Amino acid sequence: MQKEQLILIQEKARLIRQDICTMTCKAKSGHPGGSLSSADIVAYLYFHAMNVDPKNPKDPNRDRFVLSKGHASPVLYGALAEKGFFPREELLNFRKIGAMLQGHPEMKGTPGVDMSTGSLGQGLAAANGMALAGKLDKKDYRVFVVMGDGEIQEGMIWEAAMASAHYKLDNVTAFLDYNGLQIDGPTEEVMSLCDVAAKWQSFCWHTIEIDGHNIEEIHAAVEEAKTVKGKPTIIIAKTVKGKGVSYMENQVGWHGNAPSDEQLETALADLADIADFCGGAQ
Amino acid sequence: MTKIATRDAYGKALVELGKINQNIVVLDADLSKSTKTADFAKEFPERFFDMGIAEQGMMGTAAGFATAGKIPFASTFAVFATARVMDQVRNSIAYPKLNVKIAATHAGLTVGEDGGSHQAIEDIAYMRAVPNMTVIVPADAEETKQVIFQAAEYNGPVYIRLGRPNVPVLFDENYKFEIGKGHQMRDGSDVTIIATGIMVSKALEAADKLKEQGISARVINIATIKPIDKDIIIKAANETRAIITAEEHSIIGGLGSAVAEVLSENAPTKMKRIGVQDTFGESGTPDALLEKYGLTAVKIAEAAIEILK
Repeated sequence: MQKEQLILIQEKARLIRQDICTMTCKAKSGHPGGSLSSADIVAYLYFHAMNVDPKNPKDPNRDRFVLSKGHASPVLYGALAEKGFFPREELLNFRKIGAMLQGHPEMKGTPGVDMSTGSLGQGLAAANGMALAGKLDKKDYRVFVVMGDGEIQEGMIWEAAMASAHYKLDNVTAFLDYNGLQIDGPTEEVMSLCDVAAKWQSFCWHTIEIDGHNIEEIHAAVEEAKTVKGKPTIIIAKTVKGKGVSYMENQVGWHGNAPSDEQLETALADLADIADFCGGAQ
Repeated sequence: MTKIATRDAYGKALVELGKINQNIVVLDADLSKSTKTADFAKEFPERFFDMGIAEQGMMGTAAGFATAGKIPFASTFAVFATARVMDQVRNSIAYPKLNVKIAATHAGLTVGEDGGSHQAIEDIAYMRAVPNMTVIVPADAEETKQVIFQAAEYNGPVYIRLGRPNVPVLFDENYKFEIGKGHQMRDGSDVTIIATGIMVSKALEAADKLKEQGISARVINIATIKPIDKDIIIKAANETRAIITAEEHSIIGGLGSAVAEVLSENAPTKMKRIGVQDTFGESGTPDALLEKYGLTAVKIAEAAIEILK
């Protein structure tokens, strides 16, 4: 990856992180922790990997993105706004009555949202449908999914995981945003995930383990996934919940709480310079 | 009288539909021989997807297909196509109003010997409560065929309730089904019997019995439970003295409830609901079950006589 490209993606991730904090602060609700943990992945997808056009959001040949962990909607909305799918002002109406940006992604009302999500566990199956349709129509679009680590406690994930492998959906690339925390506490205390990679491998998936905040590792993993034929790939991305905001990092309490105006100021300052928080920035 | 199961008519209609519409895809959850989607699978193997015993995944996958412009028909038994997957139906299909058709077979008591665990008697109630969902219960083979074709034309989620046993053929190709429209099968002035699904033929039998006793019974087939044809119901309430509903479903939340809602707000009318009386079913032959749970022409006629007293 070119240095300029890397810097652009990191800068977009920084802006998206600021959007996440501003949006949840203005809404006085929302889920900043898991949005921040997946910001580098989502920024990479929208500003490097995915073939999408804000002027033609329903292009049948576009790559698809399913935010299975729909509560992280701020990260998606931030990316879509930065990409130009809708005016940035919409971010300030997030979660407000009559607004376009619903608490959880809603595909009919928001340009660029490919699937309505929010009830955990459902995104991977929808991605399978999109991927099967792509194969049927001999289209070469790819389907990207971001799942939460707590989310894979849902049984339906494993129904879908079996189907992706059975139908050899090598056009599906899933990310596991493995930040280790869920609402009630660390995943290992709430409901142990045990050996996550082994689980997916035993479901006949290709697995790649990376640092989910390192753009170059994300890039290498997505490129590797493209070369894997006959099976889906999951990129198990080790992340930090609340990444980039000093007082939110690794704090379970920031799963579903919004920053106050004062806390927002601190957050925006924390996020003012990539070098302060981005491991990939040199 | 010719008898054909609505699931058989579904299987045949799907094949015909598949020939004229390349966007039709069919999903099943390891019951394709019973739901009759196996007919489609044989004809169009590349457009048939067995999802295994994984109904949640099947509904989610159907939703994904619909986002890409396909018209998925997802089939399993009614008991699994509703309660087991209501959240997937609600959030992945109905909330985004995706173009998924849920064709559920083996509905009601007439599943028979498999017993109460497999007899969906509350599926209409579940589906009726979900915004954006259309709910259709065809009465016979011809109506099933037309329902399948029209559901494919309609853009949005549709729940189609089908049965296991052979049931009398009531319509020929001159019949024209329309989503949202009831159909008056017989005119009458004393009482109206509003029926759906397999109870339509029993309502006609009941009307014959009533005629012998000098009672004129109107019979209306309501195939689309939602959106329901208010006009035909209000008209019947205004032109006859009482309404009887008949359905192979719980009296809670199904046709009887839907009709009561229309009547109480528009034309309060005395009514009785023939259906499963808030209880689970049990093993037995379909006919023995219908007899035991009071889903017969005799019970419909008795209810009519009682309400007119």
